[in-house]
Order: sequence, then structure tokens, then C-alpha cells
Amino acid sequence: MEITDHTGAPTPYIVEMRSITKRFPGVLANDHVDFELKRGEIHALLGENGAGKSTLMNILAGLYHQDGGSILVKGQSVNFSSPRDAIKAGIGMVHQHFMLVPSQTVTENILLGLENPRFLMRLNQYDSKIAALGERFGLIVDPKAKIWQLSVGEQQRVEILKMIYRGAEVLIMDEPTAVLAPQEIDGLFKILRAMAADGKSIIFISHKLQEVTAISDTVTVLRRGKVTARSLPALNVTRQELAKLMVGRDVSFTAVKAFKEPGKVVLDIKNLKTDNDKGLAALRDFSLDIRSGEIVGVAGVAGNGQRELAQVITGLRRCTGGQVFLNGTKVENHEPIFGIDRGISYIPEDRTQVGTAPNLSVTDNIIMKRYRFTPISKGSVINIKAATKMANDLKISYEISVPNVETPVRLLSGGNLQKVILAREISGKPSLMVAVQPTRGLDVGAIEGVHRLLLEQRQAGAAILLISEELEELLSLCDRVFVIYEGCTMGEIKIHNQETSQKMIEQIGMMMTGTPLDQIDLGAEEHV
Amino acid sequence: MSDTINPLTRARFPFKIQVEPRLSEPPSWFPALISFGAVIIALIIGAVLIKIAGGDPILSYIHIAKASMGDIGVLSDTLVKATPIIMTALACSVAFRMKLWNIGAEGQFIMGAFGASAVVLSHIFPETTSPWIFIPTMVLAGMLAGGIWGLIPGYLKAKFNVNEIITSLMMNYIAISWINYWIFGAWSEGGFQMSPKFPVNSWLPRLLDYAKTYKILSGLTTHLGLVFGIVAAIILWFVIFRSRWGYEIRLIGDNPSAARYAGINLTLNTVLVMFLSGALAGLGGMSEVTGMVHRLQTSPIAAGYGFTGIIVAWLSKLNPLVIIVVSILFGGLILAGREIQPSGVPKMIQGTILVCLIASDYLLRYRIRIVHSAEEA
Repeated sequence: MEITDHTGAPTPYIVEMRSITKRFPGVLANDHVDFELKRGEIHALLGENGAGKSTLMNILAGLYHQDGGSILVKGQSVNFSSPRDAIKAGIGMVHQHFMLVPSQTVTENILLGLENPRFLMRLNQYDSKIAALGERFGLIVDPKAKIWQLSVGEQQRVEILKMIYRGAEVLIMDEPTAVLAPQEIDGLFKILRAMAADGKSIIFISHKLQEVTAISDTVTVLRRGKVTARSLPALNVTRQELAKLMVGRDVSFTAVKAFKEPGKVVLDIKNLKTDNDKGLAALRDFSLDIRSGEIVGVAGVAGNGQRELAQVITGLRRCTGGQVFLNGTKVENHEPIFGIDRGISYIPEDRTQVGTAPNLSVTDNIIMKRYRFTPISKGSVINIKAATKMANDLKISYEISVPNVETPVRLLSGGNLQKVILAREISGKPSLMVAVQPTRGLDVGAIEGVHRLLLEQRQAGAAILLISEELEELLSLCDRVFVIYEGCTMGEIKIHNQETSQKMIEQIGMMMTGTPLDQIDLGAEEHV
Repeated sequence: MSDTINPLTRARFPFKIQVEPRLSEPPSWFPALISFGAVIIALIIGAVLIKIAGGDPILSYIHIAKASMGDIGVLSDTLVKATPIIMTALACSVAFRMKLWNIGAEGQFIMGAFGASAVVLSHIFPETTSPWIFIPTMVLAGMLAGGIWGLIPGYLKAKFNVNEIITSLMMNYIAISWINYWIFGAWSEGGFQMSPKFPVNSWLPRLLDYAKTYKILSGLTTHLGLVFGIVAAIILWFVIFRSRWGYEIRLIGDNPSAARYAGINLTLNTVLVMFLSGALAGLGGMSEVTGMVHRLQTSPIAAGYGFTGIIVAWLSKLNPLVIIVVSILFGGLILAGREIQPSGVPKMIQGTILVCLIASDYLLRYRIRIVHSAEEA
């Protein structure tokens, strides 16, 4: 189908957003933003958290209404007052948090809210229709399966199918990889390519540079509500350039690590065993040791026992076997306070569910581990002045951007929330720091800051356990990396002076998929 | 095709109401203004309903105001009504602060009355014992009895994760049956379903006791229980917002996982907070039986103060100091309501106020904007 604009002249664009402006109280979320999308392209929309990407796309998807500017779809001016209008015009959005009914089947979820079938649900015939549609794009999912039975990746496929079934020609994907495991990301990328080849246009919202360069044809970058790069061809742009466009300054990807002689052993884990929440074995036989002034990484695919490992060390989970020694003291199977008193600090994976109390103020969140001691409390009374002073001091030294320390932390951005947690956990001068996915969901600028803080702690002599799924992060920060697979230690890789080799990465990759280090030989590598 | 994607071609009302989530915290005076506005709206709705029922709304409201706050006599009666509500509301507020849904303030209140009565009716002290011994003993007994009644659901919750809503609710019925057992049996006064009148030395002092010196106080039944309530509210405010324990309670209430992560003992705190909650309700029961009723009897004691306390705690946003004010307003409404009609309209006004106040919360989270449709295009 040839697309023409209002004068009848052909236009290559399926969507054009002209000079979009959207104001929220106190923020100009979009400031005269121009955006255009060609048919059949994967167009990345890149920007830090709060740059206005989601606002712009929510306007296109009919969730918000712009204060100024216009939208053209296939050359026609449109005015959406609800997502229903947008989907009628062929624009569908897949949100970061899925909107599915867990107890219903895939088919039922896809048909939900549609006019057909009107009354009788002859689901069988729709099942085959949906299966056929899925096959066309590689969106393989069983139409009869209930949503709760599906993995996150499969649920995402259902969301995409839902939009395609409704006739979406333009698919907006809001940070689709944030919830996926590495293998699932590859699968998603294949699907996106198949759809683009079929003539669908895809908008890919992200703040992860490597993904943007890997998947997209074109990139538009936003910074503080303004476009800093418009429809840049993705082929000839480097990550450094993109980062600069996003953040507005040069960003270093590899943290520079100073030399530090490791001290005595701080954490010694021997043959640890524990169960997960479902009562299945999460750790089978895990051992690891960390010396002071060392960052030791744990690499592995998500769900191989990393979460449980951190919980056993910090006292949040009981172990069924093995020992954890902290400076020679056994710390396993005690209440969390036992470890806190002995200098364990913990940056949990889940910032909002575990790391902070959302409706309490920055001050209340800062004093969480210190309210038991002077000067924050005297006897059983909290000294508000001292607590406020501590919060204000940390706000300045950790550059937490918040109007005042009485603000509830639920209003903070992900990066600022992580700064609150880091400030709290580091200011206790820990002897052991357990950091789980400390940079997940943060933008480039904030990641740089977190890395710098971890390295400072290493220099100050803390022992740091870094559990991460970002291999690059582990390789640039760690002195040693242990690989975990199904709750067992697969092997240990030593990194000297940040020198990493292709061989190292291959070894880690093989260990992550279940081959112990001592069984990896050159012969095996040739076969791969 | 074009009209499906271009709804602008349709004729439209020139203004549109848009609801947007608030992205920043509203100023501190804003919640108070919203609550005030909600009460005004509730009174307007109430006025319409009174009108429909055939009454004169303005006269009715004036009458309510006069009958609850009009002179020192009725004001005193309002305060007497408010006293038990203050304490049950405090009881609910401390449990709710930790997201423990204690629906059993009623039963804990009744047990508090029982505990205080037991001190008198078991005759461990002679009738001529000084009030300086009687009253503190009754306070302790009442708080202990109420506290134990709260502790049982608390312990079951902490130890076996039994739903405290169900257990605390059921404990109410056990409490009623328990005092019935005593007033029908061992403590019955000549076969009537009530205990004998307590000796005067065990009564909480009332304002009218001082009428000999200050004539103005004659006939005023406001008793020492009000002071207990106000002191308890001030102490509770301090505990919640200024003490280490209060910090733990607030942290657990907002995010139990974060509290556990911060090394706080959730089990112990669940039991302690439920005990405190029960003890506060028990103090209310004690003050009602020794300050007002002067004998153990079902109907004036088990009058639903525990349930009113839930509403008042909620309306006060769990703030102990606000509870004092809201309780007095509720006391007035209960008292004066009976002046217009024994039931019906006054309860309806209470209900309308509650609904409006709860609905007004929406405005704290969302803002409403009126936009001119023309400016969107």
C-alpha cells in the first residue's frame, strides 16, 4: 500500500509526530519533539530514565494527550482520545508490565475486549487462528495455555500477539528486555526482525546501548524532553556517541581500577545448600571466598541460586547445609540483625520491594540500619535532628537529587533510589558488601556512579560480593569471578589488571551453561 | 476510514475534564483543605436528604450544633461520648499503622471493662479503699485484660499466620458472652442482668464532684477518662513518631520485607503491637465502666465503640492527635443525632461524611484539570 500525505504526495513515513509538547506539573516531559517512523523499520527511542521516551510513546498510543503538536498516521492527522483509537489506527503498545489475566488462557486474553466473538465463545476456532498468526512471526506459544503457566518471555509474546491480532502495524515496545533473561532476549530480537521483514514497524524504547545497536535500524535520542539526535542510522553510530547524546557528556564504560593488595579472608562460604521459596534445592554445593579489598563476582543465568545465596549470607534465608564465615564467625542461620551488627551491608536486587519503604521519607530510609545507635537514637528515642543531618549530609555527598529529605522515596527515580540505598549501605563502613544487580534498570550515567562507589569501597578495604547478570560489568569490576550453575560452583576465573580475553569469556559462557571449568578443554572449544 | 482515526471531525463540548496522577507531593496544607471540603460536601448532601425527608436542613444543622456544643452542659455530654471513642480509635490506629487489621477493639474494650469490674466485684479491696489505690489497679487490670484479648490474635498471626481480621472479630463475640456469663451469674444483682453498683471510691472523678467549690461544674459528667484518653493520645503520638519502636512500627507497616532486611523482628512486634492495641481499647472499657456506667452491664458497654473506633482511626489518617478532634466531633454527632431522630438521619450524615472523606483521598493522588478542547488541536 502506497502511503501518501494530505496533499497526495507519497511519504515514506507511517507515523510522524510533529513538535509534540507535553507538560507535567513542574516538568516539561516533551519539548517540541519530532519523531518519524518508516514502514518496516525497527526504530530505537533512546534516552535516560525521565528523558521523556515513555511520555512520547504514551501519547502515540493514546494514553496521554499532547499539550501541543500533531500526529500523522499514514499522512492523515489523527487525534487519539484513548488507546482504542490508537489501535484502530494500527498503533499498539506492549507495556513493560504486562496486562494479562493470569487465570485465563492465551486465546481468552487475546480476545478480551474485542467485539468478536460477540456472545458464544467457540474458542477452538480462535485457538487455531491465533496459533497460525503466531507461527507467521515466530511467536510460538500454546493458545490453550493459561497465562500463569507461561514464562515471562512467553507472556511477552502473548502481549505482542494481542496487538497484532488487533491489526497493529506499528508496535511500540516499552523496554521489552528489562524483564527478560539473556536467552529470551535473543528470541525476542528474532521475532522483532521477522515482524519488521513482514512490513510491521517497531518502536523500541530502551536505555541500553548494546541492545539498541544490536537490533535497530534507526535511532532517535531524547535528553530531558528534547530530541538530541533524530532518525540516526544505527549502522554507523558508536555506543560512545550514543551515550554522549543521551547523557550530554562523555561516559566511561570501563571503570578504571586501581591496584589493591587483597587482605585477609572476610567471607568464606563452604559447601552451602539451601532451598528456594518453592522448597526446591536452590544451592546444592556452593563455595566461595572473598578477601578484604577484593570485588568477587558471581556470574550465572538468572535463577541459578544467586538470589538465595545473597539471602543466606544476609540472614534472610536459612540454609540446609554448609557454613558461612564472616571474619571467622559463623553467620548462617541467624536473624538478619546478627549480620548487620557484624558489618554486612546488602544492596538487594529489588530496590522497591526490599531495599526501601516507599511511603517513608528519605530520612527514614537512610537511618534504616543506624536508628539503633547514637547519635540517631538515644535510649529508645529517635533524635530527629541527628537523623535529618545524616540524611542531608548523605544527600550532598551522594548527589541524591530530591528537593528535601522529607520527600517519600516512592517519588524518586530508580537511579536516585539506588543512591539512597548505596548511601545507607556504604556509610555504615561495611566489612562485607553484598551487591545484587546493583545497576539493573539504571541509565548509563547512574551506572557509572554505582561502579565508582563500589570501586571506592574496594579501595577502602571492604570485601565486595557482586552478583550480576551483566558479564561486562563483572569483567570490568571484579578481581575474581565465580560461575554459578544450578546452585553449584562451576569454577573460578582470575582477572589481572582488567585484562580480559576471548578465552575467558568463552570459559565463563560454558560454565554458565553447566560445564565445570576442569572439564573445559580446547577440544571442546573446537566443536562449538 | 478517516472518521475512525480522526474523532475531531465530530462536534465536541468545548471543555474536557482530564484526570492525571500527581507526580509530586501536594503541599502540606492540602490534605486538610481536602478533608474540610469533603465534610462540607457531605453536609450539603445530608441537607438535600433532610429536605427530601421533609425536614428543614438549616434548622436541623443548627439544632445539631446546639445540641452537641451549644452550652457547657451538652459539651460535657459530647466529651463523655467522645472518651471511649478516643481510646478505641487509638487502639485501632496503632494496629492499622502496622497493617494489622484489628477489628476486635470492641471485644478488647469489653474485656477492659471486665478487668476493671473484676477488681471491684472480686472484693479484693474493701469498699472504703482510697481511690488512689482503686483507680490505678483498675487501669492496670483493664489494660491487661484488653491487652490479652488483643495478644491472642496477635500471637496466632505471628506464630501461625492466622488471619487477624477473623480471629479478632470472633473474639468480640467471646468477650460479650464472657461478661454475660458473669452478670447473669456470679455478679448478677438480684437476678438482673447487671452487676451491683460499684462503691463510690472506685468511680473516676467527675467534674460535678467539684461543684461545691466551682458552681459552674454542677451537673457535668465529664470524667477522668477523658484525661486518660488525651494523655494516651499524646504518648502514642510520641511513640509512633519519635521513638525507635515507633520507627520500627512505621517501617513494618510500610514494607515488611524492608523491615526484615533492616533487622527488625516482625514476630515480636506483631505480638507487642496487638497487645498495645488491646490494652488501649481495654483502657477505654475501664474508663467507661468506672467513669460513666458504674456497674458491669452489657448494653451501655458493648455499644459498638470498638467499631466506631475503626472509622475514627481511619478518618484521622491514624494520627493520634487528630483522633482526639475527630472523636469529639463524632461524640457530638452521636449525641445530637438522637435529638433529631433516634436513628436514621444522624447515622446517614455520619455515613455520608465517611464516604466523602474516603473518596476525597483520590484528590490527593490525582489532579483534575479542565482543558479547553480547542487548545489540544
